[in-house]
Amino acid sequence: MGPEYEATADQHHVDDHDHHGAPSGIKRWLFSTNHKDIGTMYLVFSLLMFFVGGAMIMIVRAELFQPGLQFVDPAFFNQMTTMHALVMVFGAIMPAFVGLANWMIPMMVGAPDMALPRMNNWSFWLLPVGFTFLIATLFMPGGAPAAGWTMYPPLVLQTGDAFPFLVFAIHILGASSIMGAINIIVTIMNMRAPTMTLLKMPLFVWTWFITAFLLLAAMPVFAGAVTMLLFDQFFGAHFFNAAGGGDPVMFQHIFWFFGHPEVYIMILPAFGIVSEIIPTFARKPLFGYNSMVYATASIAVLSFIVWAHHMFTVGMPLAGQLFFMFSTMLIAVPTGVKVFNWIATMWRGSMTFETPMLFSLAFVFLFTIGGFSGLMLAITPVDFQYHDTYFVVAHFHYVLVPGSLFGIMAGVYYWLPKWTGHIVDEKLAKMHFWLSAIFVNITFFPQHFLGLAGMPRRIPDYSTQFADFNMMSSLGAFGFGLSQLLFVYIVYQTVKGGKKASSEVWDNPVGLEWTVPSPAPYHTFETAPEVR
Amino acid sequence: MDHTQDKYYIPHGSHWPIVGSVALFVMLGGFAVYLNGAEIGGMASLVGLAILVVMMAGWFGNVISESMAGYYNPRVDKSFRMGMMWFIFSEVMFFAAFFGALFYARQLAIPWLGGEGTKFMTNLMLWPGFEAMWPSNGPAHAGGDFETMAAAGLPAINTAILLTSSVTITIAHHALKNGNRLLLNLGVLVTVILGFSFIFLQAIEYLHAYSELNLKLSTGIYGSTFFVLTGFHGLHVTVGAIFLTVIWIRVLRGHFTPQKHFAFEAAAWYWHFVDVVWLCLYFFVYWL
Repeated sequence: MGPEYEATADQHHVDDHDHHGAPSGIKRWLFSTNHKDIGTMYLVFSLLMFFVGGAMIMIVRAELFQPGLQFVDPAFFNQMTTMHALVMVFGAIMPAFVGLANWMIPMMVGAPDMALPRMNNWSFWLLPVGFTFLIATLFMPGGAPAAGWTMYPPLVLQTGDAFPFLVFAIHILGASSIMGAINIIVTIMNMRAPTMTLLKMPLFVWTWFITAFLLLAAMPVFAGAVTMLLFDQFFGAHFFNAAGGGDPVMFQHIFWFFGHPEVYIMILPAFGIVSEIIPTFARKPLFGYNSMVYATASIAVLSFIVWAHHMFTVGMPLAGQLFFMFSTMLIAVPTGVKVFNWIATMWRGSMTFETPMLFSLAFVFLFTIGGFSGLMLAITPVDFQYHDTYFVVAHFHYVLVPGSLFGIMAGVYYWLPKWTGHIVDEKLAKMHFWLSAIFVNITFFPQHFLGLAGMPRRIPDYSTQFADFNMMSSLGAFGFGLSQLLFVYIVYQTVKGGKKASSEVWDNPVGLEWTVPSPAPYHTFETAPEVR
Repeated sequence: MDHTQDKYYIPHGSHWPIVGSVALFVMLGGFAVYLNGAEIGGMASLVGLAILVVMMAGWFGNVISESMAGYYNPRVDKSFRMGMMWFIFSEVMFFAAFFGALFYARQLAIPWLGGEGTKFMTNLMLWPGFEAMWPSNGPAHAGGDFETMAAAGLPAINTAILLTSSVTITIAHHALKNGNRLLLNLGVLVTVILGFSFIFLQAIEYLHAYSELNLKLSTGIYGSTFFVLTGFHGLHVTVGAIFLTVIWIRVLRGHFTPQKHFAFEAAAWYWHFVDVVWLCLYFFVYWL
């Protein structure tokens, strides 16, 4: 980024002939190279998948409503838990963050679009292919994958006709993620307005920047892992077969080398979103901006040396258990820095509690609960008790639902007026927040107790002593699922109409996206803006 | 349309990505059906591959003509460079998974099966009599007796070929920057020939392994790591050689100038990447 680019940026013409609106019809979406349209497609797709994955878990929770087997046979139950996870991770959470990145990053750094617009289109349009494969497995002989989203061999090798489709779906979704990550990295490194220096970038941009490197380093390893599964299954290889000198545990190591960074891929952008929202509604600049950036980077680096804490009970050497225990606990330090900074930002702030802020506050509070239960799980000797129980389920749902998902919801409520030009109906939105916040706790908090009492995960039946908490959890899940229909209605209503939003939307928010009109014009920043 | 150089070029819609998605759907969907035992899937897979080739020709063709028309300013060029660089990084991580499997099997899985450390009972109860060593096809002797590929034979020649090709592509690069068209032309051509020679010799090596050494993909963990590592490398060399062939045709057509030649450098980087992967392979798979 030499001075020559600054010169070229200055030569931009505001009244350039290229100012034109969106193309019409289906071509606008199929052939799109516009970051806003592609962002919209990502978000709509993610919402659709959110309900597909949600419907699956409703079946699971209905089965678990009472002890005994009521509605589905155990094989189908396993398919539902597996598919719920795959759909939510790769279909709902990740695409939602990529959608937000597409919409916001070019606007936040003052770029005309993503750096590689055609590849951006392909990143999105690979998702429907991958999910056609994945969803189609439900109707195949042998049913959908049922070995859990972690796909451990030898169990996963018992999958029926679904198996090669599962592997290729992962390949395609991985390719989509890698291309998306490359695009985000290049956009941030090469497309910033000349005065947008690295340490002036909004935290959402920073956290996504770091997330993109995690994707780039982790997804290809995952592709390699499922490729080895494919070779073991169809071409006679022995990677995960002890008889041939391989080791099924090796799959777990390779998988979690991807899997642990993957869970941070699903939380770091949410860190960025709440770091945008809390300063706006506390009316104070973010406390410890630099330390936020460094903390995020530290978390990212550490995420590559903690993977085996997912497999403490597998029979690792003691030295390995100790190493992975301590490295895992180390992550609490940068995470603590972040939580401290969010709270310090609010300290003596002039706070108001609009919906994005409510979701952000719930995020800070409930994500921290998930973080603490994570610390408990990191302690090797006690993990032997918690492993594969509902305590683990409670832990990762606390970081993924009131964590990642609430982060996404907060972001959507925060930026929806910018996208649509309409103010969100605060009354309904607040109702959506309270319903979600209450039901999410009713769903997942009892699962801590179930896990500590020894209820194993991924089993359709349970001992009668677990009945009360399970019923409570199921009721919470049904309530949470229904409440999300309200979200769809609110989004629909806001897109259709409502009070006109100003450019700033909120009270004096910071960031380039608030300098353009609402709705944001089809092309923004063809001329590089000035940052302070 | 008049696209001035001072503006970052944003293409206005492209149908190639969606064609690519259809191609992958047909290709991988067909292959999955084939793997499940229906021959028809294999045909579909080939059709998908054909669509993918058309897509790549069309997409890259678009980019080349836009580039020749002067739509791309230095900043677009920089985006392409960064994109290629990080793409290669993701490829490195893909190979890292398989190297990781190799190291894990050699350093941990095999010794454990042999009863090392706390795994004494594993050996005694599950695999009595198995002694840890490398190369190994495991306690079940999967695939039967086999010999390993001697590092000194064809692999050494292949190493020399790839190292030489790295030099020739660098000579071509310098010639390009100095405006020496003839040397550039020859440099790329020699690199392409060396690249395809490597693939040819690799095919002979595989034939040798299968017919004479009884070294197969199914030869336990040794065969698995050997063929998957060298196989994916060979695939990447093939892609790189095709890439360089296209570059050679573009050199003949005078597409590159001493100042502007991103595609050439991308091909060269990719070539150096497959070269470095090969050196790791030669060292860890063939030699050690």
